[in-house]
Amino acid sequence: MAKVKLSEKKLAELKEVCKFFNNEKGELINVLHRAQGIFGYLPAELQEVIAKELNISVAQVYGVVTFYSFFTMTPKGEHPISICLGTACYVRGSEKVLEEVKRTLKIQVGDTTPDGKFSLSCLRCVGACGLAPVMMVGDKVYGRVAPDGVKDIIAEYNN
Amino acid sequence: MAQIKYHILVCGGTGCRASQSEDILKNFQELIIDKGLGTEVQVVKTGCFGFCEKGPIVKMMPDNTFYTKVSPADCEEILNEHIIKGRKVTRLLYTDPETKEQVSDSKHMEFYKKQIRIALRNCGFINPENIEEYIGRDGYQALGKVLTELTPDATIDIIKKSGLRGRGGGGFPTGLKWEITRKVKADQKYVICNADEGDPGAFMDRSVLEGDPHSVLEAMAINGYCTGASKGLVYIRAEYPLAVERLKIAMRQAREFGLLGQNIMGTGFNFDVEIRYGAGAFVCGEETALIHSMEGKRGEPTVKPPFPSESGYLGKPSNVNNVETYANIPVIIIKGAEWFSAIGTEKSKGTKVFALAGKINNVGLIEVPMGITLREVIYEIGGGIKNDKKFKAVQTGGPSGGMLTEKHLDTPIDYDNLIAAGSMMGSGGMIVMDEDDCMVSMAKFYLQFTVEESCGKCSPCRIGNKRLFEILEKVTKGQGTLEDLDKLKNLSNVIKDTSLCGLGQTSPNPVLSSLMNFPDEYNEHVVSKKCRAGSCKSLMQYIIDPDNCIGCTLCARNCPVNAISGERKQPHIIDQEKCIKCGACMEKCKFNAIHIN
Repeated sequence: MAKVKLSEKKLAELKEVCKFFNNEKGELINVLHRAQGIFGYLPAELQEVIAKELNISVAQVYGVVTFYSFFTMTPKGEHPISICLGTACYVRGSEKVLEEVKRTLKIQVGDTTPDGKFSLSCLRCVGACGLAPVMMVGDKVYGRVAPDGVKDIIAEYNN
Repeated sequence: MAQIKYHILVCGGTGCRASQSEDILKNFQELIIDKGLGTEVQVVKTGCFGFCEKGPIVKMMPDNTFYTKVSPADCEEILNEHIIKGRKVTRLLYTDPETKEQVSDSKHMEFYKKQIRIALRNCGFINPENIEEYIGRDGYQALGKVLTELTPDATIDIIKKSGLRGRGGGGFPTGLKWEITRKVKADQKYVICNADEGDPGAFMDRSVLEGDPHSVLEAMAINGYCTGASKGLVYIRAEYPLAVERLKIAMRQAREFGLLGQNIMGTGFNFDVEIRYGAGAFVCGEETALIHSMEGKRGEPTVKPPFPSESGYLGKPSNVNNVETYANIPVIIIKGAEWFSAIGTEKSKGTKVFALAGKINNVGLIEVPMGITLREVIYEIGGGIKNDKKFKAVQTGGPSGGMLTEKHLDTPIDYDNLIAAGSMMGSGGMIVMDEDDCMVSMAKFYLQFTVEESCGKCSPCRIGNKRLFEILEKVTKGQGTLEDLDKLKNLSNVIKDTSLCGLGQTSPNPVLSSLMNFPDEYNEHVVSKKCRAGSCKSLMQYIIDPDNCIGCTLCARNCPVNAISGERKQPHIIDQEKCIKCGACMEKCKFNAIHIN
């Protein structure tokens, strides 16, 4: 895989974050949260930088990144779509909504559309079970989504 | 403040926010200024009211009018009618489904009648972003009482006598845990709040933190006083940005008021709280895993003992309690152990918050006394099953719990009864299922969750659950055998007995309980290759009944794979080879001509 070139400006910002946390290895998860906030994702090259800053092995960083589902090593789309597969949404048919999104965007869970516009992921419960089934586009929550309503929701972002 | 005549409470919980409650709040604020009502009417953004099904919710005080399903466009009418003309906006009132009468005061709604709100006492009443409102409802009084009148031992004694047990699921006596942490000698101890609510379909901790964050901070300080800890840590999911935000505001305000920090209330007691973020791992709800995660490591559990009370965060004694447990503490201190222990059953005292969801009419967050029956919860509070379908099962305890059936409906809910019935209290998820839900598929759904969330440290959980999932998948595809059902049971028991932590020790519960309560359904899947709920795709066929089909062609036009053929005004036929069993035809048919075989 081609090496990812990290922006110098963002790297400087990241180093500030590490310094803010005293380059303390116990703060790794906090640093990763901030790093993902800055870069949008956590590519291997970025993990190397973090490991160096906190004086731990890259394996340790990689171990933590891959352990937690919140961290991602692939860049998300401009409009990340998440389908809730929590139990409340599941029993109210969120799987059908997921199938419809996959069919409409022609991507699988974890993928991003070739134009970088949408990415698709699943999550477990956003705490809006009264609105099940729930789907999120960015920070916006759509409740009581029917499979045939998916097209309209995606269309909102597609121009 | 004296001239404020009306308070408009707008729900700022996650469910209502997703239905534009922020816009409702903004509209009210703007309209109040436009109409010159600024001195008489105050708008308050509160935490969750609980009745999420009918959200967004707006409550008018002091007359307690409860408006449901409010849209931002309704704000003007509410102000004009309710505030200015003194008339209720009847179309936004709640209609009782039984009596068809409109109910304006939430106290008289079936949904609220049987509830007792202790942990949720302030949710939906106060503005969680204003410490003065919390103080106005006796907030920080318990901390004051403890610091000035009670010794740590006397305080622990009250908690012990109250009978409070851990609300995160385990049900360990809270007072005892505090006492153990107190007795260990160390130069530094920690108070930890477990807000890593990972059970999909449960959102009580989130609602407490969003609706009443100070109650948790106050209880943590009380715990610090009792155990001898000066530092508190809240471990919270990063997926809960609103809860994090409100907790931060609460911490800042508490510091400004001298209720956190150095020399609290001039008593020489020091205590402060920090936030640590989770990053999406269900296993981190387990206390040893949680502690490792707080230390910046992979959230893998370790063998207990040593318990965190002896050796926890950074190897120091740490008292870990869940959000809901903490939320109960200040009330117990103020109202006394006897008051609290008068509620509930012999061994489970007080109340429990449940997130009622699934195929039920009134989805929402409820707090009920221990000992209430499932029937009361589902049929009275929950308003029965959605669309008049037949009740089939209810899953308590999330992925670690079991499926309870009709025969358990009259069992009083408490820690011990739920375990005896093959389930558990868990954090309080309660998912209702109806006749359209296949129990084998549900077990598979939960197992899929466990497989994804298993941390991989111990083999029974990592490998065993994967094998369980594969067997269940075989069964739902119609390839299972009777021998597989025995294997499911044996393997489940092995996983339960040999797993390292609570995740693996409970993960086979959905399988075991569904096997026990729905043996016929499993048998049908393997013997007659049928799924009575019609949810296992491989086992079903969509068939058009020629007697009912009038040949309108609607199904054929909506079939995504062109599997339906037939002449206009002639009965249509589905090509089973092509059919992907998406169900679109059945949903579209207006003549009830398509059914599942």
